[in-house]
Amino acid sequence: MADFGVFDIIGPVMIGPSSSHTAGAARIGKIARDILGTDFNRVIFYLHGSFAKTYKGHGTYKALVAGILGMGPSDENLRNSLELAKAQGIGYEFIETDLGYHHPNTVKIVFKSLDKKDAYIIGSSIGGGNVLITNINGNNVEFTGDYPTLLIKYYDQKGIISKITATLANNDINIATMKVSREDNIATMVVETDSAIENKVVEEIKGLEDIIYIKGINPIVR
Amino acid sequence: MFNKAEELLRLCNEKNKRISEIVMEKEIRANKTSQEDLMDRMKNILQIMKESSKAALDKEIKSVSGLTGGDAKKLEEYRKSNETLSGDLIISAMAKALSTSEVNASMGKIVAAPTAGASGIIPSALLSAKEKLNLTDEQVIMGLFVAAGIGEIVAKNATVSGAEGGCQAECGTAAAMAAGAIVEMAGGSPEASFHAASFALVNILGLVCDPIGGLVEYPCALRNASGVVNALICADLALAGVKSLVPFDEVVDSMKRVGKMMPEALRETALGGLATTPTGEEIRRRLLN
Repeated sequence: MADFGVFDIIGPVMIGPSSSHTAGAARIGKIARDILGTDFNRVIFYLHGSFAKTYKGHGTYKALVAGILGMGPSDENLRNSLELAKAQGIGYEFIETDLGYHHPNTVKIVFKSLDKKDAYIIGSSIGGGNVLITNINGNNVEFTGDYPTLLIKYYDQKGIISKITATLANNDINIATMKVSREDNIATMVVETDSAIENKVVEEIKGLEDIIYIKGINPIVR
Repeated sequence: MFNKAEELLRLCNEKNKRISEIVMEKEIRANKTSQEDLMDRMKNILQIMKESSKAALDKEIKSVSGLTGGDAKKLEEYRKSNETLSGDLIISAMAKALSTSEVNASMGKIVAAPTAGASGIIPSALLSAKEKLNLTDEQVIMGLFVAAGIGEIVAKNATVSGAEGGCQAECGTAAAMAAGAIVEMAGGSPEASFHAASFALVNILGLVCDPIGGLVEYPCALRNASGVVNALICADLALAGVKSLVPFDEVVDSMKRVGKMMPEALRETALGGLATTPTGEEIRRRLLN
């Protein structure tokens, strides 16, 4: 039996009309910005399943654009996001597609810029404003954006996981979930923690041997 | 502390407290928070509910799709004509419920209660009772805690999602939450609150979720309007002393079982019911192109 609190039932405060089509979509957009950065001038949204079928009527497209501009799901400017994007010189395009075996409310968000390679994430809105990020630039991942999250890539070697977890423990950070996968000799690790991850902890892990990439992201509000 | 209505009622009787007080005590213990903090948070929620339930009364608010809107204003104008069949309270309550539903469909700010699709019912029911009974904001806030307690019991033991249980799980639960809340606000006993909540759920047991074009608009807004009326009359039934033969926990369980028997086509997929009428199909085609 799942537990519910008062404000899970009377709440959340949100922008309508549908928690999965607006709140969830805005959160996926915001996570994309947090991970891929702000250095982009054009974004392409590949919409899959119900997102492809009802994105106009539900305003999903406005919520997605709001998210990549950094707005949260209860921001009343959500409905004006297309105008705000234009004012900031950011182009956008929506393409209905089939992303294969994915949750019905799934979007692939591709960030484009003049001088860098395209970058993307794939995320699903799984109900009640909850989301699941499943892919970043081709790497399979799985995290929700509900917790402080660390994304780490490293050359797979014995003992690296224990060095990373020891660094977290030494900084009094408890791990909520952890997933590791590997392609060729490069491993991808996603760690969700119970408490905030300060920059100095990220720097400390970055200083470990064999780390290729690390990114810390804050929880995305509902 | 409680998972079922039976347990919540036992706590009320043992401690000689109201449902709202027990729900608050549980929340304070579970989240190590204070009563002041809870009241403050709920006050903010009430403020958003007040705004959404009146925003569309004096100006026409259209949905993002352009399919619906403007009905709350029509009803409010009709109410002012003083020539209505069902009277001020009922018409005003329907107008308020439609207002929140229209704000929701226009990408405005609402409080999901328990969901966005059913968000019109609780604000309208509680604010209508406040006007009728001359209550304070604090009394409405306590009503929201009653509503939350009832909703928690449904969410734990059944579902509040239309995709799982159909509209009975969304608008039915919202009406049950609202009915129980306004009974306490009107001075009724904890038992009477759960009788009212039972009636509200019983009245629309089996109601399907069949949104045209898959959008949270039609018949959703209409069912918010009928949902608030359902809540009001069920509160009156319970306040008059009418008792639910089947206890609330069993009604919730039957709602869950009915939801499980319901074909997927009638659970928010827009593959049945009104959504697949010739008119529904025509609107879907128009919206997609």
